[in-house]
Amino acid sequence: MTGPAITEQVGTGTARGVGSSPARPDGVLKVTGQFAYGSDLWMDGMLWGVTLRSPHPHAVIGSIDISAALATPGVHAVLTHADVPGRNLVGLEHADQPVLAESVVRYQGEPVALVAADHPEIARRAAGRIVVDYQVLSPVSDPRTALDAAPLHPGGNLVRRVKIRKGDPAPVADVVVRGEYRVGMQDQAFLGPESGLAIPDGEGGVDLHVATQWLHVDQQQVCTALGLTPDRVRLTLAGVGGAFGGREDLSMHVHGCLLALHTGKPIKMVYSREESFFGHVHRHPAWLQYEYGADSSGALVYARGEICLDGGAYASSTGAVVANAATMGLGPYDIPNVHVDCYGVYTTNPPCGAMRGFGAVQAAFAYEAMMDKLADALQMDPVALRIRNAMSEGSRVPTGQLVDSAAPVAELIGRVRDLPQPPAPPTAGPVDLRQLPGGVGNTTHGEGVRRGVGYAVAYKNVAFSEGFDDHSTARVRLEVAGGTPIVTVHTAAAEVGQGLVTVQQQICRTELGVDTVLVHPADTTVGSAGSTSASRQTYVTGGAVQHVCALVRARVLELTAALPDLPGTPVGLRDGAVVDADGAALIDLAELLGDQAVERTDEWRHRRTYPIDPETGQGDAHVQYSFSAHRAVVDVDVELGLVKVIELACAQDVGRAMNPDAVLGQIQGGSTQGMGLALMEEIQVVDGKIVNPSFTDYLIPTILDTPPMPIQVLENPDPHAPFGLRGVGEAPTVSSGPAVLAAIRAACGHDLTRVPVRPQDIIG
Amino acid sequence: MEFLAPADLGDAVAAKAAHPDAVPIMGGTDVMVELNFDRRRPELLLDLGRVPELREWDRDGDRIRLGAAVSYSRVIAELSGVLPGLAMASRTVGSPQIRNRGSIGGNLGAASPAGDAHPALLAAAAEVELTSVRGVRRVPIDDFFLGVKRHAGAPDELITAVWIGAATGPQQFSKVGTRNAMVIAVCSFGLALHPGSAQVRTGIGSAAPTPRRAAAAETFVNAALQDGNLWHSRDVLAESLLTEFARRVTAAAAPIDDVRGTADYRRRALGVLARRCLQWAWTDYRSGSVG
Ligand SMILES: Cc1cc2nc3c(=O)[nH]c(=O)nc-3n(C[C@H](O)[C@H](O)[C@H](O)COP(=O)(O)OP(=O)(O)OC[C@H]3O[C@@H](n4cnc5c(N)ncnc54)[C@H](O)[C@@H]3O)c2cc1C
Repeated sequence: MTGPAITEQVGTGTARGVGSSPARPDGVLKVTGQFAYGSDLWMDGMLWGVTLRSPHPHAVIGSIDISAALATPGVHAVLTHADVPGRNLVGLEHADQPVLAESVVRYQGEPVALVAADHPEIARRAAGRIVVDYQVLSPVSDPRTALDAAPLHPGGNLVRRVKIRKGDPAPVADVVVRGEYRVGMQDQAFLGPESGLAIPDGEGGVDLHVATQWLHVDQQQVCTALGLTPDRVRLTLAGVGGAFGGREDLSMHVHGCLLALHTGKPIKMVYSREESFFGHVHRHPAWLQYEYGADSSGALVYARGEICLDGGAYASSTGAVVANAATMGLGPYDIPNVHVDCYGVYTTNPPCGAMRGFGAVQAAFAYEAMMDKLADALQMDPVALRIRNAMSEGSRVPTGQLVDSAAPVAELIGRVRDLPQPPAPPTAGPVDLRQLPGGVGNTTHGEGVRRGVGYAVAYKNVAFSEGFDDHSTARVRLEVAGGTPIVTVHTAAAEVGQGLVTVQQQICRTELGVDTVLVHPADTTVGSAGSTSASRQTYVTGGAVQHVCALVRARVLELTAALPDLPGTPVGLRDGAVVDADGAALIDLAELLGDQAVERTDEWRHRRTYPIDPETGQGDAHVQYSFSAHRAVVDVDVELGLVKVIELACAQDVGRAMNPDAVLGQIQGGSTQGMGLALMEEIQVVDGKIVNPSFTDYLIPTILDTPPMPIQVLENPDPHAPFGLRGVGEAPTVSSGPAVLAAIRAACGHDLTRVPVRPQDIIG
Repeated sequence: MEFLAPADLGDAVAAKAAHPDAVPIMGGTDVMVELNFDRRRPELLLDLGRVPELREWDRDGDRIRLGAAVSYSRVIAELSGVLPGLAMASRTVGSPQIRNRGSIGGNLGAASPAGDAHPALLAAAAEVELTSVRGVRRVPIDDFFLGVKRHAGAPDELITAVWIGAATGPQQFSKVGTRNAMVIAVCSFGLALHPGSAQVRTGIGSAAPTPRRAAAAETFVNAALQDGNLWHSRDVLAESLLTEFARRVTAAAAPIDDVRGTADYRRRALGVLARRCLQWAWTDYRSGSVG
């Protein structure tokens, strides 16, 4: 870790607090296979629910005949849209997606009917006996012409358009470069499929245990669909096996509850791997057309971008993704004149929504390619060009917002450039296939292999933007058990693998000076924590936990007022005791509290953001930015088009490394996921149908595809954020892929415009 | 679904004769995937995992009899000296777990055009041993693959072994995939030099409805080596020879566009693999090494 450290605050008085890397509370269970994921839930007497999905991307439903399915022995219920008691429309931003299709299906895999049975196999067989009369319609597959197609939804096929206008509308520059790029549909590829258990309470309400990212937004939607009040729909987080945005929308939530309420029995639902590809939203495919102009010294004069995003059949979070792609669309550079149009449309392709990097990822492939093109046209070093134009603290982003904390763009890209280069490929001696493009496939022993180096720097907004009331709620309880002070922290924040549970413990230790911190299961008996997305939970729920700990600490200090004989003035808590300003223990918490508990619950919000102007895109839309830079070093077999990433170096400013090990884990994982998109990860859709819904053909990087990652972590505190921290999880996903693409271009000499890059593109 | 688990080969072939529709299962790395994806619902599974005769290999003179259930891991660990091409192909298969469970016989049973053992077996001139209550026969590998996932075994026959000559010259195997491990072949190529008979043999994978040899390429290179006295002189191969060999291998393929790659890419990649494999094998031959 490098960079300035921020000063510790009062109360930081125990080991294993903020800034250390204690073991995760769920770590041993996970690596020994004992952690209970959503798919492991079990209850005696439960039934299995399955979903019948549309085989067609676009069709009118004439009729649905469930009689044969219902007559199947062992079947307890077969439900259709007619059985949805509340509003048959749900959705994250717009309620536009039926719980169960009524008269039309708009994507392949859209849920049409549900079956509950004693055994999953019986349920699947019964589902196969449901007769749906479909009149197949032609799919609306090309988002670029979707606006001219017949409307798929009442309001037409435009989900949202965002325009950003800044400076001169007709700028002129010495050097102009243009490019067109295409980014394919990436999947979150989490390993734990969608799953949950819905338990009816016998009084018309239901308890839902589900693997998700945001319990309260799920709860609202389930309530609307079931026509129930929130007190009757209680959610508890089940073990989540990865999320990356794919669990922000509903999957089995309403379906499970419907079946549970209908049968009066607990219902378990688990998607198969194949079904999972149809059961969650994906990253938006994008078509990007860019033009950049610079003066002869390399200073950017203007940037224009047009971005089309395929939202698929339902809106999900397309609106917010459009805003992100637009506002982050030109990269972390100072650009005086800006013209961006970004729009997202409805098609009959798989619905797209949140995925790590959320709109910023697609744009970065285009703007970083433009920076390389510009460097080439100017005969400038690509890193020097980036440094020349780097945004910094005090800059104004294209939306006019002031960058009011550290923005070390130039330093980050300079740091990865200055790292030592990995060794050149060996030219003699025995070959190690694992180090060569093609890997163990034994496709080269060095023939056709060229090395390339590429750079990228990017930024990503942290937390929810555009005036959203983005908050979290924490409940913190301090009490003494068996003579030891114990803290229990309770939030509704979803731990999805990122380590928030550990960070919550660390914050409590630091703030309350108590080592034993229990993390209460996340559920809806405490207020909303907001979503585990947008790199926001350590910031927002971490902020809430810190805030509520301060309330608890204040109360504890108040209690000492009843003890006039203390040997000093109590100012904080450390190592289980109340301490004075010198850190000397005045009284043990165990003694002070006895059998009384101190508990506080409160909400916490980050500073306000504002909507952007619909015509100019101007406005203070974002809370904070997270910056990262990558240098990719690749060996490319230019005759076969195969790639070995030799090294992927990253520098990132995290404000404060709350948990240094977890920070590295996020950077490694994010870098790998971005590299996966650059090289291989793509859901291939032909005429609205997914042709590779399995891990046989949806490839994600293996360990042999994943290079060493030298990582530099900067800690420039953001004075507006708790502990000075910056959200970590997404930025590396944004900058790694473009760096890999740039390195491959450098090696093969082709202007690669398609992501993921395919072997045939590389050989040209 | 019924499940039969015969304890020896006699019981196994009897079971297959009694239930020709029974689906044999060895490592299960193909069968279980099909069951899990609900692509297949056999009435009867015939588990051959307990049949000792299938799990062994022996050497009979200059030929290896490889029991059908011998895993990729064992081929790599125990046979890479005598069956270098098959061992190279085995190293490219799946992950360690798949190499531990998956077998050469299972690969043949699945008869996928993408099966990685096939090009190596074609290049090595292997024979597939088929056993039924009617007797034992050996089918030359060239006649084994009949169509996409169809092979020459009769409904009452089991694949019991593969017979392969111990290598007398260098062998190579290359496989293109879009990631560096754990990937199904986009296309693959196997090549074996047989100095004793002055023959080069080849095998093409994932680029036609069945694995197949590049016959015209073999004819060309065999003639060129003969005419140039190259088997004897061990001189370097001319560029023109490599180029024409690669061209003919490409021409022997009949690939399609699919989710893993385009036909055009497959053709071009095969040409590159063919040239490199021949070059590597010949370089080894020149230095006098076998394998
Ligand atoms: C994750 C994964 C990765 C894989 N990667 C590769 C790869 O890289 N390359 C590759 O080639 N394959 C790969 N495969 C496929 C598979 O592992 C191989 O085809 C393997 O050789 C199958 O062997 P098995 O013993 O598991 O066969 P099984 O699954 O037991 O059987 C395969 C087929 O052969 C039939 N069969 C089995 N035994 C007999 C017999 N004695 N007589 C007649 N028919 C029989 C079965 O009925 C079935 O049709 C992969 C599979 C998975 C799941």
